[in-house]
Amino acid sequence: MTPSHAVRAMHGVLLREILRFVHQRERFLAALVRPLVWLFVFAAGFRAALGLSIIPPYETYVTYEVYIVPGLVAMIQLFNGMQSSLSMVYDREMGSMRVLLTAPLPRWYILLCKLLSSTLVSLLQVYCFLAIALLVGVQFPVAGYLAVAPALVLTGLMLGAVGLFLSSLIRQLENFAGIMNFVIFPVFFLSSALYPLWKMQESSELLYRLCSLNPFTYAVELIRFSLYCKWNFEALGVVMVSLGAFWALSLLGYDPKRGLTHRQTG
Amino acid sequence: MTGSVEKDARRIQFETSPSTERDVKPILSVRNVSHAYGRDKAVDDVSFDVRSGRTTMLLGRNGAGKTTLFSLIVRLLALQHGTIQIAGQPIETAGARQAHMVGIVFQQPAIDLDLSVRQNLTYYGRLLGLAKDDREERMKEELIRLELSERAEDRVRVLNGGHRRRVEIARALMARPRLLLLDEPTVGLDPATRRSLVSFLHTLAQDDGLGILWATHLVDEILPDDTVVILSRGHIAAFGTPQDIMAQATCRDFGSAFEALTQPDRAE
Repeated sequence: MTPSHAVRAMHGVLLREILRFVHQRERFLAALVRPLVWLFVFAAGFRAALGLSIIPPYETYVTYEVYIVPGLVAMIQLFNGMQSSLSMVYDREMGSMRVLLTAPLPRWYILLCKLLSSTLVSLLQVYCFLAIALLVGVQFPVAGYLAVAPALVLTGLMLGAVGLFLSSLIRQLENFAGIMNFVIFPVFFLSSALYPLWKMQESSELLYRLCSLNPFTYAVELIRFSLYCKWNFEALGVVMVSLGAFWALSLLGYDPKRGLTHRQTG
Repeated sequence: MTGSVEKDARRIQFETSPSTERDVKPILSVRNVSHAYGRDKAVDDVSFDVRSGRTTMLLGRNGAGKTTLFSLIVRLLALQHGTIQIAGQPIETAGARQAHMVGIVFQQPAIDLDLSVRQNLTYYGRLLGLAKDDREERMKEELIRLELSERAEDRVRVLNGGHRRRVEIARALMARPRLLLLDEPTVGLDPATRRSLVSFLHTLAQDDGLGILWATHLVDEILPDDTVVILSRGHIAAFGTPQDIMAQATCRDFGSAFEALTQPDRAE
């Protein structure tokens, strides 16, 4: 693979993903409606019930809406990773993934292209969501909107790699809904997306420990700190290690020795 | 004992291909390939060659192992036993140059329905690493050849089955391959479209000097000059020209010979 071939192939995959995203307006709306419902309905109700103390990176009391936004941003990326995974299983069933995997490119590079394209789409969704949140008064420091971009790339890659790995495990499209329920809900609720971990610890030490072991918690915290232009090295480390681990598992999952497809007639 | 006799018969049939053909180096060479899903053998000790300028029909009922064999050739499945060479090089050590030699049309449609014909071909051109000018030139050439120029800006979703198949063939030809792999390319097409596609693809092998491996279960897609490999229950039941196969089965028409040489296969 020459550098020019690599660039052209990457360009092709990224452009295709964006074109598909633009053509599938329902997917874009669904990606935005979900976190907006949480922001406008769930957060409004919880604001009264949940008192938040001053915890880093916040330097003063913040409204629940402000607290929940980084979690919702991570939720957008989590759903996007799963959506991308679903699209890969669908593509594989329908055949277009075969075209990609039989292209004259190393398989790791093909998967990297898919991962980057999924992350790029998640960035578009996240910035649209942050713009709407800003319109309703949920705002962050101006520099935070820029500072969060590298963090979003990392968390998008990590959650995309989770999706990639899952797509390698799912042999048939029909099995996807079950996997989604077993992944998305536990991952989202057992994290600091909706409530700070100290609150969780007050009610259950076991749940607190589970949340502390969940890489999604660290993705949320990395986004939260970055929005305030602050470092969180622990979150950064966990996200990077998780990214490496899920990427390695994805490569293993798409190794032709394991067989890409379930048996087909012919 | 019986198995050994069958194997010998297959080897004899395989080696009875005309000596002039044996002298030409094959573009695809499959030797003693076997593949099992767990304990169930889908492909069993299969050997054959595909030569440039010739159409080799891989004929078998549903479940005979055709798709498994295709998946092995394009490396969607890893080889468990035997060797496969493209242009003399084993596929395991194949690089991008070898991958460029192969054009593939899968049994299931593999084009993006939400993109236009042009966008689909551009996407594939980029995957091949083609520079813009080269990509545009090849795309124009294939659109004209497959009579798709007027539909280039249409979304694939609005095209009928025959046009969609043509887009897939145009995509496969953009690589300017030396070997074209067609996995049941006429499935779901009406008889007239099917006839026109069969004729076009056979001409393509002769005009462009392409080696074509064409998996099918439809005997009427076979022309007298084709080389035929009949696959049954994962192994080669017969190999040769349609005439050779009819003589071997002592049948007067090819359809009856195919029926006689194959048994209903297990569902894959």
